[in-house]
Amino acid sequence: MSEADLGGGEGLSRRNLLRTGAVAAGGIAIGVGAREAVAAGTTPDAGVPATVPFHGRHQAGVATPPQAYAVFVAYDLRAGVDREALIRLMRIWTDDIARLVDGRPGLADTEPELAQMPARLTVTLGLGPGVFDATGMAHQKPTWLKPLPSFGIDRLEKAWSGGDLLLQICADEEMTVSHALRLLTKDARTFVTVRWVQRGFRHSAAAAGTGASMRNLMGQVDGTRNLDTAAESSLFWIGDRSREWFGAQPDWITGGTSQVVRRIAMHLDTWDELDRTGREQAIGRRLHNGAPLTGSHENDEPDLEALNDLGLEVIEPFAHIRRARSDDPRQRFLRRPYNYDEPPPAGQLSSSGLIFATYQADIDHQYVPIQRRLDELDLLNTWTTPIGSAVFAIPPGCRKGEYLAQSLLA
Amino acid sequence: MTTSITTRPATRRLGIRRTKTMATALVAVVAAVTLTACGGSDAAPATQASTVTIENPWVKEADSGMTAAFGTLRNASDHQAVIVSATSSSTSSMELHEMATNDEGEMVMRPMKGGFVIPAGGTHKLDPGSDHLMFMDVTTPIKAGDTVTVTLTFADKSTMKFTAPARTFSGAKENYEGHDDMDGHDHMDMDDMGHE
Ligand code: HEM
Ligand SMILES: [Cu+2]
Repeated sequence: MSEADLGGGEGLSRRNLLRTGAVAAGGIAIGVGAREAVAAGTTPDAGVPATVPFHGRHQAGVATPPQAYAVFVAYDLRAGVDREALIRLMRIWTDDIARLVDGRPGLADTEPELAQMPARLTVTLGLGPGVFDATGMAHQKPTWLKPLPSFGIDRLEKAWSGGDLLLQICADEEMTVSHALRLLTKDARTFVTVRWVQRGFRHSAAAAGTGASMRNLMGQVDGTRNLDTAAESSLFWIGDRSREWFGAQPDWITGGTSQVVRRIAMHLDTWDELDRTGREQAIGRRLHNGAPLTGSHENDEPDLEALNDLGLEVIEPFAHIRRARSDDPRQRFLRRPYNYDEPPPAGQLSSSGLIFATYQADIDHQYVPIQRRLDELDLLNTWTTPIGSAVFAIPPGCRKGEYLAQSLLA
Repeated sequence: MTTSITTRPATRRLGIRRTKTMATALVAVVAAVTLTACGGSDAAPATQASTVTIENPWVKEADSGMTAAFGTLRNASDHQAVIVSATSSSTSSMELHEMATNDEGEMVMRPMKGGFVIPAGGTHKLDPGSDHLMFMDVTTPIKAGDTVTVTLTFADKSTMKFTAPARTFSGAKENYEGHDDMDGHDHMDMDDMGHE
């Protein structure tokens, strides 16, 4: 399996390239991510509904350039839902998703008109630890599929943590996300109950162009140094290479990945007390363009050794980007975060933060060591608090005629 | 009611491929037409069943009692096709239902006289609140995500089989009024199909 293999239906075709080129020439801004956008099947032509293929070696919604809106919904299995019942649920969801991402209504869809605008809809299925126990398949559970160790900074709330099943629903249109959430949830209601729902947003492509790094609600450019979804895919898609690096994984998850969903609250009221210099030092990057404090462009490589006149590190020892790196190049993962901004509790001004979603071949070997470093020291912790945490195994994609998680359940 | 015989050759080969494609057929969304009851050689005229397909078929989940199947029937021939009856192993009997206003001015479902007519080159939609294939008494629970097999019989006695995936559905709670029951004594409805 080659590193550059994007797999799935997300192949790069010349016809699509030409098409996007023509669109770009037509005046629609397409940033550095144009290549990925094309690879994910984006067709921003006016009047043509943009679709991301569902069938393929990998599930969509991971390597797919992030859409503007997301909802993460975690479900708990109802008592008595066994393997046979789970297969039935997978058949239902597979059929629903294949239709919806294509702009077609679900079979028993009571609002079929709301399916007409797929807007790059992707729905990604995740399996929580509980699924394996409930269905008698504990022996198929990947070793990393368990709640993260507890960290000193954590103030986890049950309302945002855990879950037996996850659907990550993303699209460039909020109505599309809502409709998909409603259909997929009600079609599953005899199998599951809703545990939590987290809604998130990023810049819309219409306003910001595709491909540019997003900004989070602290105002920072977020996503500069992330995995290259093509060249570094073995760091998240599980296969021969990832097994070589991180050790054995069950066969069924080949072509899949793992997902961490952390809900991280931002304390914007105390963040407001900090001046721009302080804010830039907390991260180690400039606010106006995301450039490292040792460079001038967003993509300049930060110089972690650089010293100022006083002989002190320009990028502080406590800076988020210094702490979020390790010497081991395999301790990296794909970040695909969304902002959230919910009604504040009584007496407060806001309730905002990040739905911090990451994908990696092995949570224990890639995610946990970095989260540990940040737990030990990261100035950003002064203004952020993890309040939710959940982990899921993301099964591989499925071919036509198969259902999601078939490699596990069949 | 007319029995239309078209002059197009039968496509009976479809039926023979069943064993090979068993696995795919289980999850097929648009059911393949499978002929079971037409005699004669390959040169025989096309039966009604052989020119009709059903798109997006599905059935409402039910543990027992009544339920219904829906979908869009499509007739590819240039003669109309008429469905006169239906059967399924999941129910003791089936009826072809339409919605109509009874004497009290209520919308009720009742057997469709003359069956479902699918015009030449046209479609006939089966939807909640409209025409549907009625399962009168579910004998084996129809669970969401399962599929049931339905056999349709046409006016020319040809038959077509399709599979319909089951979905949990809150609608389709129509009142039932049997043909000989115009005074409303024997009302049934699909309300009591709970499965929680
Ligand atoms: C609300 C919480 C967080 C905020 C606001 C935040 C913000 C940022 C920003 C602005 C950057 C620099 C731009 C970039 O390279 O993307 C960054 C980089 C990064 N963050 Fe975070 N982050 C948060 C939480 C986390 C957590 C929980 C982790 C991991 C457990 C993490 C891992 C990383 C990594 C790996 C990088 C790239 C570092 C590098 O290689 O330069 N971040 N983050
Ligand atoms: Cu009926």
